[in-house]
Amino acid sequence: MVARGLNQARRRAVLALACAASLAGAPLLAAAQERSITMASTTSTEQSGLFAHLLPAFRQATGIDVRVVAVGTGQALDMGRRGDADVLFVHDREAEEKLVAEGFGIKRTDVMYNDFVIVGPQGDPAGAKGRDVVAALAKIAEKSGTFISRGDKSGTHAAELRYWKMAGIDAPATKVAAYKECGCGMGPALNIAAQSDAYALSDRGTWLGFKNRGNLQILVEGDQRLFNQYGVIVVNPAKHPHVKVQLAQAFADWVLSPAGQQTIASYKVGGEQLFFPNAPR
Amino acid sequence: MTLLRASTLIVLRDASVAYGAVKAVRNATMWVTQGDFIAVVGANGSGKTSLLRLLHGVVAHTGSREMLRPSGVQAMVFQRPFLLRLSVWNNLRIALWLAQPDTATALREERAEQALRRVGLGALRDRPARSLSGGEQQRLALARAWAVRPDILFLDEPTASLDPSAKKDVEALLADFAADGMTLVMSTHNLGQAKRLASRVIYMDEGRIDIDLPTSEFFASGTPGRAGLFLKGQLSWSLEG
Amino acid sequence: MPSDERLVMSAVPESFATAFRLIVHADPALVRTVALSLAVSGSACLCAAGFGLASGAWLAVARFPGQRAVLLALDTLLALPSVVVGLAVYLLLSRSGPLGSWGILFTPAAMVIAQTILVLPIVTALARQVVADALREGGDQLRSMGAGALASALLMLLHERWAMATVMLIAFGRAIAEVGAVMIVGGNIDGVTRVMTTTIALETSKGDLPLALALGLVLLVVVALLNVAIALFQRGSGPLAVELR
Repeated sequence: MVARGLNQARRRAVLALACAASLAGAPLLAAAQERSITMASTTSTEQSGLFAHLLPAFRQATGIDVRVVAVGTGQALDMGRRGDADVLFVHDREAEEKLVAEGFGIKRTDVMYNDFVIVGPQGDPAGAKGRDVVAALAKIAEKSGTFISRGDKSGTHAAELRYWKMAGIDAPATKVAAYKECGCGMGPALNIAAQSDAYALSDRGTWLGFKNRGNLQILVEGDQRLFNQYGVIVVNPAKHPHVKVQLAQAFADWVLSPAGQQTIASYKVGGEQLFFPNAPR
Repeated sequence: MTLLRASTLIVLRDASVAYGAVKAVRNATMWVTQGDFIAVVGANGSGKTSLLRLLHGVVAHTGSREMLRPSGVQAMVFQRPFLLRLSVWNNLRIALWLAQPDTATALREERAEQALRRVGLGALRDRPARSLSGGEQQRLALARAWAVRPDILFLDEPTASLDPSAKKDVEALLADFAADGMTLVMSTHNLGQAKRLASRVIYMDEGRIDIDLPTSEFFASGTPGRAGLFLKGQLSWSLEG
Repeated sequence: MPSDERLVMSAVPESFATAFRLIVHADPALVRTVALSLAVSGSACLCAAGFGLASGAWLAVARFPGQRAVLLALDTLLALPSVVVGLAVYLLLSRSGPLGSWGILFTPAAMVIAQTILVLPIVTALARQVVADALREGGDQLRSMGAGALASALLMLLHERWAMATVMLIAFGRAIAEVGAVMIVGGNIDGVTRVMTTTIALETSKGDLPLALALGLVLLVVVALLNVAIALFQRGSGPLAVELR
């Protein structure tokens, strides 16, 4: 047996090369998963459990595997711009249309909507309860009730800012109502609201799945303005040639088709339907 | 003063070693002849180790150091041998590989085998080297050195950390090596050991080579100066048996 | 607030019960997630070992201008936040980034790369320290036996193999426990890049704290079992062996 010293070095070189080789082999592995696409969506949508219900049906129909990366809406749209996703499924119409106008998406289509609710402490110190979201926010500001905002450029955050604007209040700037931005997802934001007996804007889906409610309950719902519209966008191959356009379009087509829309409608949490399909016919 | 013979191995002329501001060896002039068994004695800090390193050629120096046989093989054994956390056998094989990388593996293994038997460690071959006793570890170090068939073997206080019986074993081996014709240069503060083993004694004092005599002459009564005091144990060292 | 205390008080025993149930039932999704955690972090440590141990040994003997700066940089990288590594690797592997053509973003390969970068400084710095200390003890003697600088360094790596095993255990701990890097470069995709830590993060963000805690306990149990296996394998010496005198 030849002596150890150089052998050790040789062994390590081989190890390092093996690592490099296995990593280089990864693209080959990825290529092997040809029938898969990457979808950028939002944390609230994933956490609602919709994808666990929707995607297996899609796979059964087409054999295509959808890999969901769930981040904030802002980040999801950025992924589209960078070409790190093949299809986008988010809920911020303005931002989506901007992305398409910039040329990063082929086109934007309505898929479904869910609604937002305002949750708050059982006692409702600010008297926000009702069917009017704008009036509720105005009351919260007036009575200085604590409000937790996600502050993370998500679709929910964008909606929240729109409502404040409708109430004529610049909440983040004027720091009304002990306004707290956590820069976090819907779940953590609700966690904080539950801990501090505060008000918050949440999508119904996350709220239904949220287990840590503390003293919180739904105080404002049913306002037409609280409807949260989802759009699906296929990323434009003109900007990113590697995008799996056919497979991504297959997904968009399916989710807008009667089969897909029916699957969306059939998703229920605790007997309640969360998402309401509204694709254009 | 002996004349330079054809069998001279190393010559130092006015060589000095300094570590920064400290002068460890001052103006040493001496030579090592084949077949010598030189004991370098002196108090701690007198420069014994530095002289050894100078002769071995592993330290920077001023003055001249000549190796009259540049292809000569040298090996060194230390007071506490550094052994790798491997078996006795593997320690030997690695030592041989380091010293003779171009030799065939089979030949190296044969030499390792011989060295193991030479020092009597054959039975302990597969034991972890670090689990050996002090004496056994030093014998392993001697095996390591002997295996490369050195022309000169340097030893820096090889028995200073050993108990009396281990010391006897090591001394017996060294005497054997000398009898086989190996040249040895050994530093020691054990005068009895010098008297028993060496053919020549060099006494060092504060970096200088004070005395360089054949053993019998060195130990004869009437040695002058500090060397005499040293012998009588009236310096910081006692005469050890 | 009373509701908070009640929440915490019930979460802990509930999570122990949940953890026990999860382990006993060996739910296939959970087993897959655990296996992926072990595979990703294990691979990262193997790669880091390959590069890091050799580089650390080399750094212990190398002499070059700017060496102090390099060592300083290495020590600073020990404090690299996992999120920062994740971001950097994401930008590299993004389709719009320099290595986009590799197409490995949101795959386990990307996670292995990120974790390798994360633990490489640990392995290198500790290997360097161990080898340097060993050389202080026996470097002179190795040199007198004819060993060059690099040979000495590599021999010391062999000599201190149990210390190196401990170093790799430390690196593995760092890798398997981190969430920032694998979250960003993996995307936490269900069934593809979801590992234990990102699952715990997800359950936490969903508000299911008992489940999140339970998963944490499961992770610890798995690592403990791994350590037991290593200890049994060591036969007397090594990082987890106890010296009996």
